[in-house]
Parts: sequence; C-alpha cells; structure tokens
Amino acid sequence: MNIFDLTLHALHHAFKEKQISSVEATGAMLARVNALNLQINSFITVTADQAMASAEAADRHIASGNMNPLTGIPLAIKDIFLTEGIRTTCGSRILSNFVPPYSATSWEKLRERGAVLLGKLNQDEFAMGSSNESSAFGPCRNPWDTTRIPGGSSGGSAAAVAARQVTAALGTDTGGSIRQPASHCGCVGLKPTYGRVSRYGVIAYASSLDQVGPLTRDVTDCAIMLGAVAGHDPKDSTSVDTPVPDYNATLTRGVKDLKIGLPKEYLISGLDPEVQKTMDAAIETFRRLGAEFVEISLPHTDYAVATYYLIATAEASSNLARYDGVRFGHRSEQAEGLIDMMTKTRSEGFGAEVKRRIMLGTYALSSGYYDAYYVKAQKVRTLIMNDFIKAFSLVDIMLTPVAPTPAFKIGEKINDPLQMYLSDIFTIPVNLAGTCAISIPAGFSASGLPVGVQLIGRPFDEETILRAGYAFEQVTDWHKRKAAI
Amino acid sequence: MKITLADVEHVARLARLELTDGEKNLFAGQMDAIIGYVEKIRELDTEGVIPTSHAVPMENAFREDVVRSSIGVEQALGNAPQRVDTFYKVPKVIE
Repeated sequence: MNIFDLTLHALHHAFKEKQISSVEATGAMLARVNALNLQINSFITVTADQAMASAEAADRHIASGNMNPLTGIPLAIKDIFLTEGIRTTCGSRILSNFVPPYSATSWEKLRERGAVLLGKLNQDEFAMGSSNESSAFGPCRNPWDTTRIPGGSSGGSAAAVAARQVTAALGTDTGGSIRQPASHCGCVGLKPTYGRVSRYGVIAYASSLDQVGPLTRDVTDCAIMLGAVAGHDPKDSTSVDTPVPDYNATLTRGVKDLKIGLPKEYLISGLDPEVQKTMDAAIETFRRLGAEFVEISLPHTDYAVATYYLIATAEASSNLARYDGVRFGHRSEQAEGLIDMMTKTRSEGFGAEVKRRIMLGTYALSSGYYDAYYVKAQKVRTLIMNDFIKAFSLVDIMLTPVAPTPAFKIGEKINDPLQMYLSDIFTIPVNLAGTCAISIPAGFSASGLPVGVQLIGRPFDEETILRAGYAFEQVTDWHKRKAAI
Repeated sequence: MKITLADVEHVARLARLELTDGEKNLFAGQMDAIIGYVEKIRELDTEGVIPTSHAVPMENAFREDVVRSSIGVEQALGNAPQRVDTFYKVPKVIE
C-alpha cells in the first residue's frame, strides 16, 4: 500500500501509531503531484516549501500527543479560496498575480487544525463552468480517462482526489460544482446547506447560491472535513448559528428508519443507460439495507436550469463588477482614461464563459427586463423551494442521479453553452432550494468511467445523507476503486 | 425574441466589456439561444408568489459597534496595479 493511497482517516491512524510521519506523507503526495501534474493539470499553484514546513510542525504536535483528525494531513483547496500570502487566481487571467492579504475562514479552520496545504487547485474561471475547460490555466483532465473532462467547476479538486495527489480537497458548489466533478471522478463530494459553512474569503460567483464543501475518498473523510469547516462565522452574516453535530458519531446508524424519495421528474426517459443502470442498482442496494422508497414529485424541476441561469448570472454580473483594475488584479496598459481602463482591463482579463455570463446577467438586470427575468426567476425559485419543502414532509432524503451522462470528452460541449448548462439539471435545484446533497461513487460505465448518485437531505440535516452514504459504502466497493494512473 | 448585435453592444457597454466583432456575433447567437430557453419560466403563473433572494430567511445580522484592528495600508495596497503614497492611482477622471 502506497502512502498516497490512504484515506484521511487511515492516514490519521498511521500518524497516531507513529507508522508514518506527516513529513513522509507530505513528501509522498508532493512527489505524486509533480509526477502527474503535466498529465492531469489539477494544480495551478504548488506550495511545496510551505507544505514541508507545515508537515514538520505537525510532526512536532503529533510527537507531543497534541493532535486532531486533520493534524499533518496533506490536502489542497480550490483556487477560489483566499490564502494569505499565497497566489489566488480563481482560474482567471485577471487575478493571475493576486496575492491575498487574508485567508478564507474555511481554509483558516483547516490550517488551525494542522492540515498541510499542498497547493491551489484548478477550476473553471470564477467557478463558471461544468467541465473545468474555462480555466485560464488550461483544462484539468479526468484521471480515469485523460481525454475527458473531470467535471466542473471544482474539477481540479475532484481530479486531485481521484489521482491520489491529495488526501482530501475543498471545493465550492453553486449549481453542482462539487457534486458533478465528484461523480465524474469517482470521489465523494458534499454540498452543505446554504449557511452551514462560511463563505468569507471565498471569491464570490453567485452569493445566494455559493457554498463550500469537501471532496474526499470516502464518506468518513467527508464527515471529518465537513465537521472541521462547518459553523457560524461572524465575518459571513449569511452563515447560520446552529450547532455543528459530530458528523462521524452518527455514521453507523444505518438506513432502516429512512424513507427515501425518488423524484419522478428526475427519472426521465432518455436518461443515459449507464446512469439509469447505476440508479437502479443503488435503489436495490438501499432497499436491501432496509430503506423504504417512496415516489415523490418536484413539479418545477423543468424550470430549474432556466431559473438558475438568470439568478446566478445576475448575481455574477454584480459580483464581478469589482474587477476594474483599480485596487487589485490585472490592469490594462493600453487604455486612455478611467472608463476605457476599466473596460479594457475587463476585456483582457476575463475569458469567454465569464464574459458570456456577465452579459447574460447584465441583460437580465437591465432596464425593461428586470421584472420579466430577474424577479420572475426569484419567484420561480420560491416555487422550487416549496417543491422541496412539500417533498420533505413525505420523505427523509431523496436519491437521484448527479449528472445526466458520465464524463464527456474535452471539447465536446465547449461551443454549445446551452448544452453545457443543461448538464447541471439534477444538481441545480438543490442550490436554488438551499439544502444539502452528497454525491457518492455508485458504479462505472462500460468504458470504465465513474458514475455517482446523489442523496439530497433536509436543510441542515447533513447527518442523514452522510449516514446513508456510509451505509451504502459498507456494502459496495466503488469508492475503493482507483484510477489506473 | 431575437438578440440583435445592437442589444449585445448595449449590454457590453453596461457591463464595461469591449467585444471584438467575432465575439459580438458569437454572443448574439448564443445569448439568443440561452434567453430563448430561459423564457420558459414565463409559462408559470407566479401571481402572488413572493420572490426568494436567499434560501435561508434571516433578519439583519447585527454586531456590537466596537473598534477592531484591520489590515494595514501597506497590505491593503499590496495588490494595487499603481499607487502613489497611500493612494490607488487611476487615470485622470475629470478633464
């Protein structure tokens, strides 16, 4: 067994038993990062020197018995999280030289617990994309088949976990950006309830939808990571002040008491046969574990993608107004006058997908269209949320596909943004409703690509989807399979 | 509904983006397809439905009004593309 093959909890155990040191583990992971990064392109920045120094400090804590489950664990985070003194690009040319003066709360919490940062992970530019192809630092590749996308926008996070370059990773999810890449790369990915994890220091895309969450090798690791980053933060006034449970304490409770909803609108005819097969097998597995299935309806599902692409782009056009070349980031040298400087800075600094979404959002907010598009979308959002509230009065969790197909080829959808947007159909409603969901590995396509399934929970009930995912893992081995890379 | 080149130019101006002719043509076609798709929400009757801006309903988040330390001027200006003394420098605003 190689060190880089160990789960977070197994590595913690090895640290505790003094079988492996954090310096050894960090060295092994960094070697793996360097060996594979040309092929996978999962890292934008590697912080090797700082990582070794953190690992040495962690080993001193371990030697003195002062440790917690994250002490000395080598991991990496999406390049959307501000890291004090470490370049943070958000996958964009406009921030290619940006070194933040402070850190995101979620990274700060991991750092305080002794986690070792290996570097910053590739992503779609400003988290806008479903394939990681919009990154200004080149596409990230799927470790299971490097001609395919890893998913997006947290593509680097999922690919680095699947390629065993990192023990775990943090990503963000606005419309599926943790769950979809987790499904495509065969790892576990959890989008917590909106407000569960602080967004302070996370570069904003669509502020009413963005949420931070872990990507890991199994559900136990996911529970550890979520427990570490969850909680109220005075610096994020939308984070919610409810107690953080011990997510690992309830993992073994099984699913015998659970009613699992199958939303009929998600089980559409024309679903990819490989995804259908995975769903059927997952239903059978949960049934064998003792769960009861109930057919439910989320009647406004068909409107979710449209609603999302109005609300998210409107918020993005507002959030991204700050990139004007005045205080930080790229500034055009070709300009004459202030407005021209801002315009040229933005035109040179943003890539095509970011420009497209800013344009769509600006259009939706512009005079004459505001009520017809933006306010209308917010009203439909209410209808979608009500669908979930009604459904959760009948069931405890829901089981659905994550993505309509396994990972597609790099370049396949790049010229057809609408087709790209529609690939988020099963993940977007969860963000609009603000609730939590997890993608767990649940099978493989005939050509060997991972396929996940999604468990959706009630708001602030991450415990139940985690324990359902854990129960599933005990009787399946999909999460143990490793990409041959 | 048809997104015209003039629409694209108008929106680009609002968004402070300068597009090439190629980008304008591309975006006109793509925005037309996307806006055409999202228009489906108009089918729904939303009379009397309250718009949702945030999934978690909350009131203002207040804190005590106390002085706390913040990052210093040097750190704040650390990423400035251009600066003079303790100021950001920008092109001349008033002619």
